[in-house]
Amino acid sequence: MAIVAQTSKFAKFARPVLAWCVGLFFFFPIFWMVLTSFKTDADAVKPAFLLFFTPTLENYLNMTENYDYWRFAQNSAITAISATFFNLIVGIPAAYAMAFNPSKATKDVLMWMLSTKMLPAAAVLYPMIFLAKGLGLYDTHILVITVVSLINLPLAIWMLFTYFKEIPKDIIEAGQMDGVNTWGEIKEILVPLAWGGIVSTALLIFIFCWNEAYWTVRLTTIDAATLSKLIEGNRAPEGLFFGRLSAVSTAAVGPIVVIGWFCQKQLVKGLTFGAVK
Amino acid sequence: MGRIVLDKVTKSFGETQVIPPLNLTIEEGEFAVFVGPSGCGKSTLLRMIAGLEDLTSGELHIDGKDMTAVSPSKRGLAMVFQSYALYPHMSVRKNIGFPLRMEGMSKAEIDEKVNAAAKSLNLLNYLDRKPAALSGGQRQRVAIGRAIVRNPKAFLFDEPLSNLDAALRVGMRLEISEMHKSMQNTMIYVTHDQVEAMTMADKIVVLQGGCIEQVGSPLELYKTPKNLFVAGFIGSPKMNFSQGEEASRRGAATIGIRPEHIDVLSEAGIWHGTVGVAEHLGSDTFLHVHDTGLADSITIRAPGDVNFKYGDKISLSPREDVIHKFDAQGQRIE
Repeated sequence: MAIVAQTSKFAKFARPVLAWCVGLFFFFPIFWMVLTSFKTDADAVKPAFLLFFTPTLENYLNMTENYDYWRFAQNSAITAISATFFNLIVGIPAAYAMAFNPSKATKDVLMWMLSTKMLPAAAVLYPMIFLAKGLGLYDTHILVITVVSLINLPLAIWMLFTYFKEIPKDIIEAGQMDGVNTWGEIKEILVPLAWGGIVSTALLIFIFCWNEAYWTVRLTTIDAATLSKLIEGNRAPEGLFFGRLSAVSTAAVGPIVVIGWFCQKQLVKGLTFGAVK
Repeated sequence: MGRIVLDKVTKSFGETQVIPPLNLTIEEGEFAVFVGPSGCGKSTLLRMIAGLEDLTSGELHIDGKDMTAVSPSKRGLAMVFQSYALYPHMSVRKNIGFPLRMEGMSKAEIDEKVNAAAKSLNLLNYLDRKPAALSGGQRQRVAIGRAIVRNPKAFLFDEPLSNLDAALRVGMRLEISEMHKSMQNTMIYVTHDQVEAMTMADKIVVLQGGCIEQVGSPLELYKTPKNLFVAGFIGSPKMNFSQGEEASRRGAATIGIRPEHIDVLSEAGIWHGTVGVAEHLGSDTFLHVHDTGLADSITIRAPGDVNFKYGDKISLSPREDVIHKFDAQGQRIE
């Protein structure tokens, strides 16, 4: 008994310490990035000024005045919100159909959708660029929203499908008996019952769309360029301006961190879906 | 309103045919019970009537109209599910009023009908609760309320009482029967419990392997079962069967006699045996008797006050006029 008590006492102490260490380890790059964003480019590379320096807002002022941060942020918001909306509009009916009216092909369709995530993006990069330019869509919102939506759609459908499968089929059938049509089933029964799952899916998709860099950097120049493009644009040929780069990066991840912070509970549910029944 | 005709309906899942061609008519206002062992196709048949399963072939008519390809919502039927299938995000009031709201009825009309249904089902005090805050019996009442308010052509019940405890089940059984008597709607009720079938039905449909074994009133099935399956399925405790000398002496391959049709005698009867387990129910005693030469064990329904012990020797006398005879194919011999 004494040994058990001692072990649990140790575990009680060690676990939080370990958790804090791991947490700090992962948090450090963000902390360092935020700290650096308040340093001048010259101070940013001096080890002596690692923690103690004279903070400046120069980088942020520079970013908003010279780099038009708000336009990039607006483009990021337009892309992420539109793509999330598109994912839900297409994903909810698709997942509903596969969860409640499965056919012989449903399993194969789900696997096929998942397999598209395994396709190396680089393999279709040039066809996409040529296609976009050929259609006159290069550097347009419609192109960025479509591409970002489609690359995230398999994940959205899979997540929604998993949540919908947890809803007893009897309830949907009861709705059918009560005179509800397909739209009514989705609106009156499915969405309210799977609300938590739908919100989790929307949040994750929104984050992925906001953070998307590979395609947004390559398919835009100015008009539809998102914050990823702004960060990439601060890589100067004569070297990295760490202060400026950190400010841009902090301002790019800032909104998503704030959203994530407020929606922690839903996010954890979304990230661990299917893990616990 | 509510005459349902199944005309040569079949159902297959892939290569497996679960309902071979089947004809059945349920008359207006009738309380029909589909009964049979697990997997006999009774729930599938009910779901086919509801429209929740497509017919592979054949036709379904409700009140003379072909409903084969009509969606469940347009058939004018209401269904009570085994799992209650209440909408967990809605209050009792909203659950009951939901089908009316879908019909586009005004709020005042919905309130009036919901209150009337809730009153008849003793749910007035629970109208603002969510289903999670109700007991099993109350949830089942809400499910019934949701069916009642629609005034459907027919009610479909899919094993509605199987999730309730024994005492509650008896009470709800009575309530559903009374509801049928007062409303006079057509009702189709699926159960695997032959006691429910016998006590509630106007007409029992006994199913096995997707086929109808017999259709008739409870007493018809009890008194004149068409074959061994029905004879064994209807009646509790189940009928005793014997295939040996006793059967051939009566010109049958198998004879069947119900436990309540065998008298226990103090003097010499025609059969003799040894008492095994005696189950005392108070009103009755079920004696399991061995070494009779009829079967490994036969069951006898004796009066509640008999006092036999394990190993006692007893004499038995069957009532000859109610011995059921079956041929080698298991069909009844009149």
